[in-house]
Parts: sequence; structure tokens; C-alpha cells
Amino acid sequence: MNTMTPMIPAAAPVPAMSDAVFALTLALLLLAPLAIAGVALINAGLGRTRSAAQALLGNLALAAVAVIVFALVGASFAGTLGTADAAIHAAGKTWGVLGLGPFLLHGLASATPQAQLALLFEFIAVAMAAMIPWGSGADRWRLSGGCAAAAVLAGIVFPLAAHWIWGGGFLAQLGANFGLGAGFLDAGGAATVHVLGGLSALALVWIAGPRRGKFPREGLSTAIPGHNAVYVLFGCLLALVGWLAWNAAGAVIWLHAPLAALPGTAINTLLSAAAALLATFSITRIRFGKPDASLCANGWLAGLVTSTACAAVATPLEAIFAGAVAGFFTPLLVELLELAVSVDDPSGAIAVHGASGLWGLLAAGFFASQAGQLTAQLVGIAALLGLVLPLVYLLFALLNRVVPFRVDPDGERIGMDLHELGGGAYPEFVIHRDESYR
Amino acid sequence: MKFAGLLVMPAGFLLTLAALVLFPDNARRLAFVVCGLAVVAMGLVIAVRGHMPARGASRP
Repeated sequence: MNTMTPMIPAAAPVPAMSDAVFALTLALLLLAPLAIAGVALINAGLGRTRSAAQALLGNLALAAVAVIVFALVGASFAGTLGTADAAIHAAGKTWGVLGLGPFLLHGLASATPQAQLALLFEFIAVAMAAMIPWGSGADRWRLSGGCAAAAVLAGIVFPLAAHWIWGGGFLAQLGANFGLGAGFLDAGGAATVHVLGGLSALALVWIAGPRRGKFPREGLSTAIPGHNAVYVLFGCLLALVGWLAWNAAGAVIWLHAPLAALPGTAINTLLSAAAALLATFSITRIRFGKPDASLCANGWLAGLVTSTACAAVATPLEAIFAGAVAGFFTPLLVELLELAVSVDDPSGAIAVHGASGLWGLLAAGFFASQAGQLTAQLVGIAALLGLVLPLVYLLFALLNRVVPFRVDPDGERIGMDLHELGGGAYPEFVIHRDESYR
Repeated sequence: MKFAGLLVMPAGFLLTLAALVLFPDNARRLAFVVCGLAVVAMGLVIAVRGHMPARGASRP
């Protein structure tokens, strides 16, 4: 009944791109890595002093592994350069599940300008997706384990999701096959980057467990604040620049938006982040008496993540609403995960990237004008939660048996910098003994 | 528990796909897709509870 048949058309024809649009989109994509730099700074700042160098080096190493693996095999499965995919034929429809493009980027030079830009976008996206869980594993995740996980994400999971959503796979075809709006909408990578990264972070913290002393046998969890709020907040500012470019480039590449629509996309990105920050600022001010810097940073980032999904399809008022909702719920979810569920997520990636990405995708369904778009978004969300999370968990659990994720107790006690790198990020500072160990 | 939850989640996703095939009109399709998502959410809750450390258990 269901058969896997390769060599069927993978993506619908797209309108030709003028030189001016190509040049502008390329310029935007060259700015987009600032979002990665911002997230890397945030990841490092929210960890401990004794693991700061390992945290930043890890961000670089994971991004490096991810782009290399994606170039070798991932891009083939994403199907960006090819016109074929493996599909399942069922119920009279074709369900594309896996790209079958050329390996090793063969054919890149002769690809259309659109395909080349799409591939560059995916390279930046896969680097970001691989880095997101790194912050959640701060202070205990070994570099080798992180790099192995990045390879799995870049070689298997990200290409699958990218093909389903961007490469003409079954989620992209929901509109053509079932009349559900324009198919699953994800112009900036909220699903392929942020939800994937957030769910990977959840799988990681389940497998690696909490930091030593985080959840003592008795009483509440131990607060382990980030070591450098300046890194974190500057990372937020840096991320904004990258996000403005990222969302605008995504709108051109994946939605074929005209240039006249790009200022609106950028304004919506800014409004969403601003509304989220103010919501988090207010919530933490009301709950704790003073605004919390790291939670406000989480709120700002949550607003940016939300905008990734809906900035290109929302009005400014809707962008403010979406950002405010993300900013309102993010600190509550961070607290819930830590206090009620005993999840140790130093960077808050599960709430910031995972939950806010899901909310953004849902909001895009509400805001888009096409009939059936909400249903398409819900089906996409079900695919992410119902397929991607179990798949990532399974792959990480298997990988953990080969390359153990967690550092040994002694390494965690002396810090990841000394244990893995042989030197600290701040050699002239006195590193205080951790009083939380018992 | 944790693995049971992770197995329930794909089942919920398959329900959403079934909704697309079985129901031609948008309203019933949306309702059935929401039901599929509810099953996914139930699996997630089971998986989360399965990963929670037992109260009073020895922790690292």
C-alpha cells in the first residue's frame, strides 16, 4: 500500500529572483550570524565562571561540526539542491519525507540563485539549531558529546525537518494536497531551528541530568545564577541585529516576499522582542519586587524567537500581542520547569526556543489570512512534538552510550574549563569554592 | 513511563494525519487535529513525569 519511491519532484517552481533582490538577500544572510553570536554570548553568560571558556569554545565547535556534517550529508537529505525526494504514497497523496539531493554539495555552482541562498540560509540555521541545546547542558556536557550530538542533529534531524518544511516535503504540501492555506508556514526557522533546538535541549537534560547540587535531597532547588549578566544582555542586543536580518532574509527566500514587505517584517521583529521584554520585566517586577536581568534576557529572546515564525505574516499589533504572550509565559515556564519538573536548564532554551517557537508557529496560523492555515500549523506542531522529540531522544540516548554526554563528578567539581581545556577563562580571578556541594 | 510517553507522542501525530485524510471539511478536520495534538500533549506529560526524579531519592 505505502511505498517509498525516489525521484519525484520535490519543490514547486518559484518565481525568478532579480539581481537586486539576490544581492540584498545575500547581504542580509551575511548579517544573520550575529544572531548566533548573540545566543553564544547568552549561553556563556548564563553558565558558571569555571565553565565560561568551554561554553564559548563549545558554541564554536558545535557550529563547526554542524556545518561540516550538513555540507557532507545533511544538505542532501534536506534536498535543497536536488529536485528529488523519497516519498510515501498513501490516501491518493504524495507525502515527501526525505530529500535525495547530491552529496558533498555537488552541483552548488550550477544551482539557481534561489537555491544557493536557501542553502546558505540552511547552513546558518543548522549552526544555530546545533548550538541551542549547548546552553542547556552548561557546566556538565562534555565537548565530545556536544560535537557528536551536533553531528546527529546536522546530519539527520535538521535535514528531515528542513525537507518537510522548506524542501517540498509533506508539511510544505499541506496546502496543495489538502487545501490548508499555504502549507506549513515557517519563514524564519522557528520550527527547524528553535523548536528543534529547544526539544533537543529537553532530550539532553533528560539524558544528562541536572548539575551537581542543583536539586538537593531536601528543600527547594539551588539557585545557580549565570556568571556574567553583561554577556547575557549584550548577547541580546547582538541577537537583535542578526534576527532582523534573519527574518527578512527568510521572508524573501521561503515566502518569496517582495522587497516592500521587508521593513514590515523587521518592524514586527523589533516589536515582538520589545513587547516580550516589557512583559517579562513587568512579571518579574511584580513577582520578585525587582526585574530579573537573566529572565528579562530570556523574555527578549523569546520575543525574537516568536517573531521568527510570525513576523512575515503578522500586523504590527499582532506582533506586539505575540511577543507579549511569549514574554508573559516564558519566566513562568522557566520557573515551572525548574521547581515543578526538576529540569535543570541553565540557558532556559526549552522555554525560550522550544515553547516560544511553538507559540510563534501557532500565532502564525491565527494571523495568516488563508483558510485552513491554523490547521496546517497544528499539524506541523504535532509533527515536531510527535516525531522530532522522540527521534532526537532516541538518537541522543543511543549516542550517550557511545560518547557519554556527562562529565565525571570530579570534572564537574573543578569546572569544565580546567577539566576539558586545562585552563580557565579568567585565570587572574579567584574561583570561589562552591558552597552548594554537600 | 518515560518510554511509554515517547511512544504515545507519535500516535498523536498519526491521528492528526488521519484527520487530514478522513475529514474533507475544515471544521471537523480541525477538531480531530486538535484531538491528535491532545494525545501528543498527553504523551509529553507522561514523558515529563517519567523523567522527574522521585521525591526523596538520592540525587547527584
